[in-house]
Amino acid sequence: MPKFISMEDAARMIPAGATIMVGGFMGCGSPHGLLTELARIGTGGLTLICNDGACPNGPDGSEFYGVAKLIHNRQVKKLIATHVGLNPEVAAQMNEGTLLVELIPQGSLAEMIRAGGYGLGGVLTPTGYGTIVQDAPHVHSVIEIDGVNYLLEKPIRADFALLGGHTIDRAGNIWYKGTTRNFNLPMATAADIVIAEAEHIVEIGAIEPENMMTPGILVDYVVGGME
Amino acid sequence: MENAKAFIARRTARELHDGDVVNLGIGLPTLVPAYLPEGTHVILQSENGIIGLGPKPAPELADPLHVTDAGGQASAVAPDGCYIDSCTSFGLIRGGHVDCTILGALEVDAEGNLSNWIIPGKRVPGMGGAMDLVVGAKKVIVAMEHTARGAAKILKQCRLPFTAVRCVDLIITEMGVMQVTPQGLQLVEYNPEFTIEQIRKATEAELLISDDLREMV
Repeated sequence: MPKFISMEDAARMIPAGATIMVGGFMGCGSPHGLLTELARIGTGGLTLICNDGACPNGPDGSEFYGVAKLIHNRQVKKLIATHVGLNPEVAAQMNEGTLLVELIPQGSLAEMIRAGGYGLGGVLTPTGYGTIVQDAPHVHSVIEIDGVNYLLEKPIRADFALLGGHTIDRAGNIWYKGTTRNFNLPMATAADIVIAEAEHIVEIGAIEPENMMTPGILVDYVVGGME
Repeated sequence: MENAKAFIARRTARELHDGDVVNLGIGLPTLVPAYLPEGTHVILQSENGIIGLGPKPAPELADPLHVTDAGGQASAVAPDGCYIDSCTSFGLIRGGHVDCTILGALEVDAEGNLSNWIIPGKRVPGMGGAMDLVVGAKKVIVAMEHTARGAAKILKQCRLPFTAVRCVDLIITEMGVMQVTPQGLQLVEYNPEFTIEQIRKATEAELLISDDLREMV
């Protein structure tokens, strides 16, 4: 069973210099309360694995949406992402030399995280072959199989995964609304400690077993949803 | 002549078939569905996690905290659509389950190489899902204006870093329709508002002329 703890206790578990993976796509499906708390505490030197750098001006009225808070606060020293074009602070900090950015194709990143959590030694994908991605540090080698060239991409894991769930039951089983499941699903498998934020916490049985998207055994801590 | 972008979108719509699963890039490609002939319905895939992207919701029905498109904008799912996670989304893309992707280009060349994700030292937005889409979709259409402020975009060889090599099938611009063939780019349709000479001048790559060259409609 996961432990149900406060947003502050959860955020304080993450030490300076930790590697965190954060679910969400342009902030949609990110654990907003947890990120706000992590930004308030100001834990620095983070390596952040996230689809993107989110953006200023979130639909929730926030000045910096999702992981954009951590980037704005300069808490991130390295960002591993697929797209950073909608957060101008990423390019600014990159040009200053204060933020390292590693860009990975979106399908490869999703699958590298899944490989990290599913016990696979890597991902063979045709994506990125013949491009500058081929020379990136996350690529092990180029392999030709039956006349097709593939990149062997290394698995990726983190110290912490921070997930944005909608409804979470007392056993930690998660149901996601709309398009929010995105990277949350693979990330739930690929970190040493998994913290899931709920909008709603419900009793066991309130979500049908057929509709569980992340099994509760993967979740170590649950925050939010108490109001 | 109608606005160049609308003209390109209208011609591009003719490449789609009823029931196709289609992923559209940002900008001009998003205009294409408006020009589909009556009775032709395509299923739009949005790589952040929608199969069957619905029409943009009215503000009072939008739920931007939970339902967005790949551009992060409030969005909706069609009544027969579904939501998926990122691994499933890209499994569908790489696995050849997306019939067609339509996207713009910074540069495209005679071999069908595409560059549309980075201008080193100037703009480094990232590739997002583009590299997977052009490698995995069954048909890759570049729909764009023929030149950028007079500078050729259809080149002998891309100068910017590739999005993928030998991935483009068809290029549709306001000047014509070009097919990528093993021999090079072949002009299969031309807009009669331009002469072949004008089209060749606006194209750095050598243009082969199809024996079956038609007017672009």
